[in-house]
Amino acid sequence: MTIQTEAIALPPRSPSRYASLRLGDFPLIPALILGGVAFVAIFANLLAPHNPEIGSLAARFRPPFWETGGSAKYLLGTDQLGRDVLSRLIFGARVSMVVGFTAVIFAGTVGTTLGIISGYLGGWVDQVVMRITDTWLALPPLMFAIFLAAIVGPSMWNIVIILGLVYWTRYARVIRGEVLSLKEREFVRLAIVAGCSKWTIMYRHILPNVVNSAIVLGTLMLGVVIITEASLSFLGVGVPPPEPAWGLMLSDGKQSLMVGRWWLSVLPGLCIMLMVLSANLLGDWLRVKLDPQLRQL
Amino acid sequence: MRAGPLLEIRDLSTHYVSSRGTRVVRAVDQVSLRINAGETLGIVGESGSGKSTLALTILRVLPPAARIVSGEMLFEGEDLVQKSDAEMQHVRGKRIAMILQDPMASLNPLFTIGDQVAEPIRVHEGAGRATAWRRARELLRAVRIPSPETRVTQYPHEMSGGMRQRIVGAIGISCEPRLLIADEPTTSLDLTIQAQYLNLLRELQRAHGLALIFITHNLGIVAKMCDQLAVMYAGRVVESGPVSRIFNAPAHPYTEALLNSIPRMSDSAQRLTAIEGQPPDLAALPRGCSFAPRCVRAFDRCHVETPPEFALGGGRTARCWLADRPRIEAA
Amino acid sequence: MKQYIGKRVGYCLLSLFLLSVTIFFFVRVTGDPATLLVEPGASQADMDAIRHQFGLDQPLWVQYGIFMASLAHGDLGQSFYYRTPVLELYLSRLPNSLYLAVVAMAFSLAIGIPSGVLASVRVGRFWDNAGKMFTLLGLSLPSFWVGLVLILVFSVYLGWLPSSGAGTPLHLIMPAFALGWYFAAAHMRLTRSSMLEVLGSEYVKLARLKGLPQSLVIAKHAFKNALIPVLTLAGINLVIMVNATVVVEYVFAWPGIGRLLFEGVTFRDFPVVQGVVLMGGAMIVIVNMVVDILYAVIDPRIRLES
Repeated sequence: MTIQTEAIALPPRSPSRYASLRLGDFPLIPALILGGVAFVAIFANLLAPHNPEIGSLAARFRPPFWETGGSAKYLLGTDQLGRDVLSRLIFGARVSMVVGFTAVIFAGTVGTTLGIISGYLGGWVDQVVMRITDTWLALPPLMFAIFLAAIVGPSMWNIVIILGLVYWTRYARVIRGEVLSLKEREFVRLAIVAGCSKWTIMYRHILPNVVNSAIVLGTLMLGVVIITEASLSFLGVGVPPPEPAWGLMLSDGKQSLMVGRWWLSVLPGLCIMLMVLSANLLGDWLRVKLDPQLRQL
Repeated sequence: MRAGPLLEIRDLSTHYVSSRGTRVVRAVDQVSLRINAGETLGIVGESGSGKSTLALTILRVLPPAARIVSGEMLFEGEDLVQKSDAEMQHVRGKRIAMILQDPMASLNPLFTIGDQVAEPIRVHEGAGRATAWRRARELLRAVRIPSPETRVTQYPHEMSGGMRQRIVGAIGISCEPRLLIADEPTTSLDLTIQAQYLNLLRELQRAHGLALIFITHNLGIVAKMCDQLAVMYAGRVVESGPVSRIFNAPAHPYTEALLNSIPRMSDSAQRLTAIEGQPPDLAALPRGCSFAPRCVRAFDRCHVETPPEFALGGGRTARCWLADRPRIEAA
Repeated sequence: MKQYIGKRVGYCLLSLFLLSVTIFFFVRVTGDPATLLVEPGASQADMDAIRHQFGLDQPLWVQYGIFMASLAHGDLGQSFYYRTPVLELYLSRLPNSLYLAVVAMAFSLAIGIPSGVLASVRVGRFWDNAGKMFTLLGLSLPSFWVGLVLILVFSVYLGWLPSSGAGTPLHLIMPAFALGWYFAAAHMRLTRSSMLEVLGSEYVKLARLKGLPQSLVIAKHAFKNALIPVLTLAGINLVIMVNATVVVEYVFAWPGIGRLLFEGVTFRDFPVVQGVVLMGGAMIVIVNMVVDILYAVIDPRIRLES
């Protein structure tokens, strides 16, 4: 969802009591969930009982196995084309993971780089980058993403690039802020006095110190990106069919909702929710762990 | 005139407990003090000595992590430790008032001066708005704020630091309390204004018959303002008694060191004497006397057994093994 | 103060300018803009006519000039599908989204602020922990899923509420809830932390020392101060909400600008898509400026700083 980005502008909250109920402090369950999704995504081919893209019309709209009419063959039921929901969920994990992580890494790399350059060099470079950043930040993310998708046409990699373009500004803002205060620190001044070139300083001194923030921001952005990707798929401008995406499954399932075929909507939604929730909890934990002074996140 | 001290504190201890119960900070430990009506008691100590916590304990305005572990505080005969929060609410501001250190932070930036000065009057005396605001203007006049009529509708940030602190003082005396606690009221003020403010406090004290507890780290102010003195170190009172006698002949090595560390104009070639070492961690106090590690006169017993408070006669006490000998005090 | 306003207006104009450049850039520089600016299924002659109209064979800065000129006239192009000017279409749908957003915002504040205050006053205890759970869920659940679940429960199973369209207040309940849910969590979180910060301040301590009853301390001294950042955020969020309605409007078939955008994409009606995004960005930039100025008006510290 678009407005998740407001999470960046808000003051931090302490990790929910819930999350710290694990191994001392580490949010075990969220980590396991994310790890599980990753595992499923990688080994989708081996784990999925059926082909996610081809269904048998004779087996349309079967409910999950615990309801009447369900069977063990299609554990979580089938959709309107007779495709196995479980298999589609498993392959959908792949889409979410790939798009999610790649987009976050892409946005993070671009945003952090620009943030460092802009923050450190200052002057007109800073002004230009900041003006662009502020303007792009004013564009509602989902709308902007839809706009871009309408222009370049949907495909998995296009979506990744689009999401990267939409979200790099979040990183740039935060990282630049950190760089501005890092610039005044002793070790940077020492490096300047020692005659290091600007690029060396940025690479060897500034970068390692902002990496923590970038990582934490990354985990927080992961949830946002996944929801945006799901929203795009939901609206039909995301990763195109027949590639199964959870958002797309939700969209397909919408029609059937009115006749009570809940499993086509609720299950993909649950997957999205679990993944985002886990990413958020993990991000919270990381934030406190890596540096309790990362107040601006 | 009621007999007995206005406020008597006996063996008071306030501890901060961490959320998991693992760390206990003994911010105030076995403190005993007394102050009579109209008197000025100075409480002196380094930061972290527990003086502010003591003040907050008296008014029972402690953060949730703090707990009064033992002791009693008898104010006009009533034990403040036993009172409920609702009962304390009638004591605060009305019978005992307090002034804080930073006047800019103490005043709410979104409300006018008049509103903030009139507020305790309205709450404690049920006065109507017009009456309370009239009293507020009078109070501002009493603390020497020029043209109170205009000031009353202004906001805190429109005033200078000195004026703000006077306003805080006005709030303090607004309901005619018997006791005023001033927690380092001049520390944030410019030097030139400090003297004026101290004079103002003394005047108010005389005019209203107030007892004053003056918390500070500045011995010079103590010499000027206070009748009685209590020196605190690591949460405990290490010496107490009349100011002039303590200054003439300190009984505790810490007091002595404090007095010695004040640079004097007459000592031209002298080096600045500081006290070696650091105050101890209040969560992990050393065995024995807490000042022993830094004390030049410490001997074996000091490091092993915590000294109790010894009465030295003439209203003086000292928490030091050196005092454990019969001594004849010359007046 | 005047200087402050002047600066804000200046930034606003600069941002609007950059916004137009960005949108323009993306359209003209990626691929073949002609296909976008032309109806699906147009003939070659049509395409040539469009090329000429938009000056697509001219240098970029000329194209930009043409673009800005039409913007200045309020001409956002013509919708292929509806055959009406985009601006007109947009303005006709905007009130619906505003209406939905306002109700959703009211809901989010009505839930968020009191629960935030409650959580801050009862830190570490039941309400605070319940609040933390709520926050977590609110910030992690996508609005469309909340919407779908609501439909499932209230339309399909219980049959109490209509699942789509607009018209009666009943139609408003579920979409407003789905939209406001995330913001309720965000507002609760901010209210809580803002209250905690204020409750730890010196002036609140002094208020307690004055002997004011706890309820007065919280309601008067703490609350007003704590509310400032929350209201600021709410103001900005309102506009964000208006533009974030895309999915909710789609799910509930609510006739607002979000749904308009969706239609634009589905029908490959590019002028509509471009128009909605442009207006959305402009709206946010302008409202940010207004909020900044309003902030100065409310907070006497800034107001009197001139």
